[in-house]
Amino acid sequence: MRMLINVAETVVADALRGMAAAHPELTVDVENRVIVRRDAPVAGKVGLISGGGSGHEPLHGGFVGPGMLSAACPGEVFTSPVPDQMLRAAAAVDSGAGVLFVVKNYTGDVLNFDMAAELAEDEGIQVAKVLVNDDVAVLDSLFTAGRRGTGATLFVEKIAGAAADEGMPLARVEAIARQVNESSRSFGVALSSVTTPAKGSPTFDLPSGELELGIGIHGEPGRERRAMMTAREIADFSVQAVLEDLEPRNPVLVLVNGMGATPLLELYGYHAEVRRVLDERGVTVARTLVGNYVTSLDMAGASVTLCQVDEELLRLWDAPVSTPGLRWGM
Amino acid sequence: MLDSEFFRRWMSATAVSVDREAASLTALDSPIGDADHGSNMQRGFLAVVTTLDKEPPAAPGAVLVLAGRQLISTVGGASGPLYGTLLRRTGKALGDADEVSEADLAAALRTGVDAVATLGGAAPGDKTMLDALLPAVDALGDGGSFAAARAAADAGAEATTPMLARKGRASYLGERSIGHQDPGATSSALLIAALADAAGSGASGE
Repeated sequence: MRMLINVAETVVADALRGMAAAHPELTVDVENRVIVRRDAPVAGKVGLISGGGSGHEPLHGGFVGPGMLSAACPGEVFTSPVPDQMLRAAAAVDSGAGVLFVVKNYTGDVLNFDMAAELAEDEGIQVAKVLVNDDVAVLDSLFTAGRRGTGATLFVEKIAGAAADEGMPLARVEAIARQVNESSRSFGVALSSVTTPAKGSPTFDLPSGELELGIGIHGEPGRERRAMMTAREIADFSVQAVLEDLEPRNPVLVLVNGMGATPLLELYGYHAEVRRVLDERGVTVARTLVGNYVTSLDMAGASVTLCQVDEELLRLWDAPVSTPGLRWGM
Repeated sequence: MLDSEFFRRWMSATAVSVDREAASLTALDSPIGDADHGSNMQRGFLAVVTTLDKEPPAAPGAVLVLAGRQLISTVGGASGPLYGTLLRRTGKALGDADEVSEADLAAALRTGVDAVATLGGAAPGDKTMLDALLPAVDALGDGGSFAAARAAADAGAEATTPMLARKGRASYLGERSIGHQDPGATSSALLIAALADAAGSGASGE
């Protein structure tokens, strides 16, 4: 194992200390593991809170700031945060307008956010929740924990964040977040296993010369394993899988997301193939994002997420945002 | 009769075995989960014993409620809420009596296990912690001993190996989850084994 860490036990705390030093515009509570917008609570504004296991950076802490999340709760590596963290975050950002929890559909995240919502409501904070479940790689979702939340989380956080910043009420922000999730689909592939600091060796065995189609953001598989394919073939397969489930009549936002260990040179090359398939299929692209946004530690691979947008969603997507991981227009 | 000292012994014994088995729990969690079950449980039960040492509750029920709260606050993932709920609901069902009978504990534990089933939405055979816990409460409830519960939990955990996972992260593996023992059922068997250890009736294999 070669990792730029001290010991596995302090990986998350060390990262948060480094983040705090790099981003004085955020309030980083290292001990309690909550990252909050410096100006929170903003009067009259709905608080947008997300969180999940660490190891997916910049998701979620890197998306805290004006125009996006009000607060984020990082858990241990690949382990959901605990309800105490969400409760602290809710108390820190609630201005009386309520908070929206953005929850990725993983059993641990769902259970902990559910418990946090109960506790927050006990304290008089109005809570709404939106579940992100965009991953079409999960077949038979009736017989599994259901579709996972992956790349669409970024779209939900950005667009709902803009809605909250405009002062929309909780029910409206929640409805918009739900609309973004329902309009989004993702499909990911892994070219190598992930190595968690706690284990120190690859989580699963993926022989060189093979790839896993339909990977989740923790290295958990979805569909099948095959002999290595070209970027062109992977794009054909992935976009086809997404479009089988989403027939966009409107323009789409495109996210070509790296899993952590795939360089931008490859991601841009992959995006060229994704764009080719979309052009062939007559899908209009409104905006594009290429880079490492919803990662899986050191896993090689990439996911494609499409989100069908109407005029309002596109306007909210284009609204200014200023976070460590996403910044434009301000 | 079982007093609060017995319940603290149970929690300590669980912490010791979870600590000892952390690496193997994590190894079980690698092929079908995300390789952190051991370290998460270790962190949680360390917090449990630290808190129980600092502020030891007087009643058996309160010991378990406090332990459950600590797990919810420190473990994360699905294990935190599920194990936390198991102990909290078992503790609540015990009420505030200073001492409880083995039958009281058997009934309370069933309440706790039922709460886990409700929270996680799992059924027997889904390859989850329930596959160790349900046989254990059945064994305990039929006038059985803690040793019988321990044997039932161990057998239940082992029986998860050929099962197809339908809950949690392992469910995404589909057919490929077959052939791996479930880490949650395995740690549940440790919890029940520790109960037998606390009662001094489960020395076999130690």
